Amino acid sequence: MNMVVCVKRVPDTAESEVHIDASGKDIDKSRLSFGINECDNYAVEEAIQIKERLGEGTVTVVSLGDKDSDEVIRMALAKGGDEAMRLEDDAFKGGDGLATAKALAAAIKGLEYDIVFTGALADDDGYAVVPAALGELLGVPHATYVKKVEILEPGKRAKVGRELEGGLMEFLEIDLPCVLGIQTGINEPRYASFKGIKQAAKKEIAVKSAADLGLNASEVGEAGSWAVLEKFTPPVVGEMAEILEGEPEETAAKLAAILKEKGLV
Amino acid sequence: MKDIFVLIEHRRGEMRDVSVEMLCGAAKLGGTVVAVLLGKDVDAFAEKAAGYADKVLYVNDPLFENYNSEAYQKALSALIKEHGPGLVLIGNTAQGVDLAPALAVELGASLLTDITALEMDGDKPKPTRTFYGGKLDAHFTMKDADLYILTVREATFTAEDPSKTGEIVKVDNPVTEDLSYRKFVEYVEPEVGEVDITQSTLLVGVGRGIREDKNMPVVEELAQALGADLAASRAVVDAGWLPSDRQVGISGKTVKPKLYLAVGISGAFQHVTGMKGSEVIVAINKDPDAPIFGIADYGIVDDLFKVVPKLTEKIKELKGA
Repeated sequence: MNMVVCVKRVPDTAESEVHIDASGKDIDKSRLSFGINECDNYAVEEAIQIKERLGEGTVTVVSLGDKDSDEVIRMALAKGGDEAMRLEDDAFKGGDGLATAKALAAAIKGLEYDIVFTGALADDDGYAVVPAALGELLGVPHATYVKKVEILEPGKRAKVGRELEGGLMEFLEIDLPCVLGIQTGINEPRYASFKGIKQAAKKEIAVKSAADLGLNASEVGEAGSWAVLEKFTPPVVGEMAEILEGEPEETAAKLAAILKEKGLV
Repeated sequence: MKDIFVLIEHRRGEMRDVSVEMLCGAAKLGGTVVAVLLGKDVDAFAEKAAGYADKVLYVNDPLFENYNSEAYQKALSALIKEHGPGLVLIGNTAQGVDLAPALAVELGASLLTDITALEMDGDKPKPTRTFYGGKLDAHFTMKDADLYILTVREATFTAEDPSKTGEIVKVDNPVTEDLSYRKFVEYVEPEVGEVDITQSTLLVGVGRGIREDKNMPVVEELAQALGADLAASRAVVDAGWLPSDRQVGISGKTVKPKLYLAVGISGAFQHVTGMKGSEVIVAINKDPDAPIFGIADYGIVDDLFKVVPKLTEKIKELKGA
């Protein structure tokens, strides 16, 4: 089976402060570290595991982004990816979920594939649009929030489990080719081996522009988006917590006293 | 103003709260609110929705007994083409996210997902949503379109008492062909573990900030000193440091303990939804802008590895005294 995995390079903001930049429409990324989008990392692993289980097939890594994304692509190659394509064009910039899906669909439709894996959602924008939109654009079935994949018949049919609210799993059968949006926790992503990293460094990453993919600049990126981001603001929060000030020794003592007073200790 | 469609979401005999919330929110936007209900013998939901909507379009067919994107997309696109609403609201749920983007592509509709607030500029939505795990609000306008589809986060709108008596219109199933590519198989309940955290009085919630499996004793010792059970954010469960029955949040459990002590948890919406009903919430996190401080009663902005061992010590002292 031939598989495609879409990956995105994102800033890691889970534990970092986020500052709005002068434009008001982006954040200051100068002090942030970047890496593969979390769900995408699981998607890469799932594709490679299926290839290994079946003992045949290819994994093609596709990413929309500038040259910095090569690092994320090469890591996926190092883990077991075979080929890679990066979509780069000024026209792709500032796209919403649908615009991004359009660019990816144009790149993937020329490939032979049985399953296209994507992350279920991106850590930065959280749109969660690509899996279902990409399926529709490619004219193949899709399922998202996927946390279990079982190939029933290679190239023909798969059984997938979708994670619903409360941890309930919905199992369904889906025809291949299809697009699956992968949720975190589906597997245990491996670390790349030293040998894999060395080999991946030599692999070619095919860079495609909008024109290469037969796309008009007006169809993709900001021009091809329905949603227009006007500005970022800090979130409106309710009443902020009472922040206990001081050195760890003091804050811990203050908190312990509060818990005692409330009858919780 | 064109009609507003609200998709009613239900599963295994329960209608999701977000459906009523969206109907109440839609009623404030102006225009006729039409609840769209696809299901098998869900008359009770049709009646409930009628209390909040001007009209209920009810398709009663075995095809809709369980959610299936293929059946839902075909039915909704047919109903939308026939009735021509200007705005469709769908819950930003595991179902809505599986459905709305494909529907938008098929219909050439303008789409924005996971909105958390909505104003209208005539027929045009001006939605707000969050970015970076809730660390920023993003304010959007939408380009001109004939149809807007928005997926709406839970609790974006407030559910109110029913105030309408909408007409329930039973509609023939517009999907006449057999389903071809996607088939519902079954639901499987999450595994049950040794501790039921929904029953716990005291919980220590552990998040990504714990960094490594080998650091878990830091929070285990705190929980032990407090007599609390351990709960976790998604990241900790994904990493395998705690079993999945300890996960709090949308895809885990909803807990309401007397104390929820969040350690190294940033407070993304997905987690907060599962613990915001706790009586006392305390957060320890090094990022002063972490959203968790917006819902906590008390907070300590510091390195958890410095604070938590001290806190464990102090609690042991208090208990020993």
